[in-house]
Amino acid sequence: MSSPDLDISTVAIHGGRSLDSHASSILFPLYQTSTFVHDAVGVDKGFSYSRVSNPTVDALEKALGALEGTPPVVCFRTGMAAVTTLFLSVLKSGDHVVLTDVVYGGTMRLFREVLDHLGITASFVDTSDPGNVEAAITPATRIVFLETPGNPTLKLSDIAAVAEITKRHSILLAVDNTFLTPILQNVLQLGADISLLSTTKYIDGHNATVGGSLATQDEKLLERFRLIRKTIGTTQAPFEAWLALQGMKTLPARLKLHCENAQTIAEWLESNPAVSRVYYPGLKSCPQKSLAEKQQGAAGGMISFELKAGYDATIRMLNQVQLCSRAESLGGLETLITHPSSTTHADLDPELRRNLGITDGLVRLSVGLEAPQDIIRDLEQAMVAAGCSVQEKEVGHENR
Amino acid sequence: MKIASRLVSFDPAPGDRFRPISTPIYQTATFEQEYSDQFGEYDYSRSGNPTRAVVEKQIASLENGTHGYCFSSGMAAITTATKLLQNGDEILADNDLYGGTCRLFTKVLKRTGISAKYADACDLENFERQITPKTKMIYVESPTNPLLRVVDLRKLGATAHAHGALFCVDNSSMSPYLQNPLDLGADVVLHSGTKFLGGHHDVTAGSIVVKDKVLAEQIYFVQNAEGNALAPFDCYLLLRGMKTLKLRLDCQQKNAQAIAEFLSQHKAIQRVCYPGLKSDAGYELQHSQARGAGAVLSFTTGSVALSKAIAENAKLFRITVSFGSVNSSISVPGNMSHASVPVELMSQRDLPKDLVRISVGIEDEEDLLADLDRAIQSYR
Repeated sequence: MSSPDLDISTVAIHGGRSLDSHASSILFPLYQTSTFVHDAVGVDKGFSYSRVSNPTVDALEKALGALEGTPPVVCFRTGMAAVTTLFLSVLKSGDHVVLTDVVYGGTMRLFREVLDHLGITASFVDTSDPGNVEAAITPATRIVFLETPGNPTLKLSDIAAVAEITKRHSILLAVDNTFLTPILQNVLQLGADISLLSTTKYIDGHNATVGGSLATQDEKLLERFRLIRKTIGTTQAPFEAWLALQGMKTLPARLKLHCENAQTIAEWLESNPAVSRVYYPGLKSCPQKSLAEKQQGAAGGMISFELKAGYDATIRMLNQVQLCSRAESLGGLETLITHPSSTTHADLDPELRRNLGITDGLVRLSVGLEAPQDIIRDLEQAMVAAGCSVQEKEVGHENR
Repeated sequence: MKIASRLVSFDPAPGDRFRPISTPIYQTATFEQEYSDQFGEYDYSRSGNPTRAVVEKQIASLENGTHGYCFSSGMAAITTATKLLQNGDEILADNDLYGGTCRLFTKVLKRTGISAKYADACDLENFERQITPKTKMIYVESPTNPLLRVVDLRKLGATAHAHGALFCVDNSSMSPYLQNPLDLGADVVLHSGTKFLGGHHDVTAGSIVVKDKVLAEQIYFVQNAEGNALAPFDCYLLLRGMKTLKLRLDCQQKNAQAIAEFLSQHKAIQRVCYPGLKSDAGYELQHSQARGAGAVLSFTTGSVALSKAIAENAKLFRITVSFGSVNSSISVPGNMSHASVPVELMSQRDLPKDLVRISVGIEDEEDLLADLDRAIQSYR
């Protein structure tokens, strides 16, 4: 059976299987090898050196391609290695990029501190209004990079509307789809040219590995990504690929539960008097709910919310959680809680940070697969213990 | 402590309450934080991982540097070192350079406004003449790959510094057991850990070691920003491999010497490139800056067909790219590891088409000699 006949849950389990794998083992073997023996000088069996390609990494690439509905994807050592390789593949000195302003802090840092030195410039704009994208495009612009939902305020950008603009200008559109994965949002079908994933998150799903991938229908781009990857050596490691390959088999089942739990928790947060605002595209009150319904299969497992109490009480609350873990990253089985303004987005100019909605009371939750009532009980006790219901005077923390 | 002791005697798990003798594999993406507004020692495995910290410290120590960084491949390490440059800068490199490094310099860096020039670094006078005010990095391997030419690292380091350029040495063909470029004047020493450091061809890895705090900060910044650090399981394999570095290399080098002597007396072989041979042009220099000649050598036969036949008929020597493993390997670089060298550079460098490169493993010396002899004889 070919993958178009199969449900995505089946594809997630069988997409990476290869009948020619050795010994009929149900799991693809781990090829922990750096090099391969050649049959004769210049004649190999498709694999020569693991920096270039490796059977286990190849199996993951096929499996992710089946999920994306594309040829095998190109996998990388980390999500940031995927981002770096993407930009080094399509840009040269003098080129310009338009990016979502609420983009992962690491992507922003790559531009400010690395690509900037190589003569590549970037504009960060509010891409939730496609008009802002159009206005930011210059003759030097080669690619638009969206992150939707954005990190951490889950602001959505209309992928199809931006794709219409990039096509008209004959430039590329890439979307960081880490928060939803192709299961919940197929960015390529919506008109993007390139789908980027940090596989560290929902694809692996167990917080066991770090990795990234780039998918596209464009064979020439895929070839270019592979060329740059082997040249700068950003390839995924075999063992990490093997773990991600096992993790992704439960992706559809996990995502369903992540979304259900997140919906329950978002609704509870919205009814909580200590909370001034909840960002979750599954809520009726979400101003972008119709866009979410148009381009997403579900609302996802990420929630951000703002406590009425100020910086100090918010920090106290995060320090009081017992079940939730204070840890970076997202998309794993364990519920993770973070304070963006003091951690992931601490490097930003305070005024820019506030304009992006990253206030001192903003808390980001990666909802895990624990029972939702247990997560709610933990959040509630932490809010009570921190005195979050009492409104504090907002104290800035720019000097911290 | 002597190197044999240093290779196995280090803290394998700093602060670990169970005191394991072998380093634990922290196969985790993220780390729970004690406080919500300040990070602990580790927060995310791209930024730092306890397994990686051990191997990075060990490689820094073996290279007599202060800071070590491990990457997902040797090329990722080299790419990171070139991030010390910016748009408008120029690299001056030796012209007998690994093909993948040439490809990086020519096909990727050029697009970001960093250019590369190549010259024979063994001819110091001419090499120095190629330096311009834009030259910010001098980049060499020694002995070179695959011609095994020996570059005077002390003199070249002084030249680089006189012109305000960083001196980078790829030490993959020697390993820190045989040569310590930082002691000879290098600012940055690079390794493909895939080679002698790992030693078993079970891991693809790279490293950078420096002895300067500012350079270290810049390298760490890029490692974290671009996400090229070595994976935890691979760190473990690299660390395990490094423990037997001296044992392996002592044996490999002894075998290599025997093979070089055998080949240099064989009537079917024209030229043997190995700085362990007294007749080799690089012999004196090699022994003034390194503690041995290594286990990689190359030779010509005068016939491309004979060279290919030797590679294909040898049984103990497997045709693979890469070198430095416990297994002997054989390749014809013009066809394999150096196929990525741009044509214009190929024509400028003296890489004979009939050149055969072998990396000598730890098999029995007599078996290796018999295998090569048989492979040569089998060609009619």
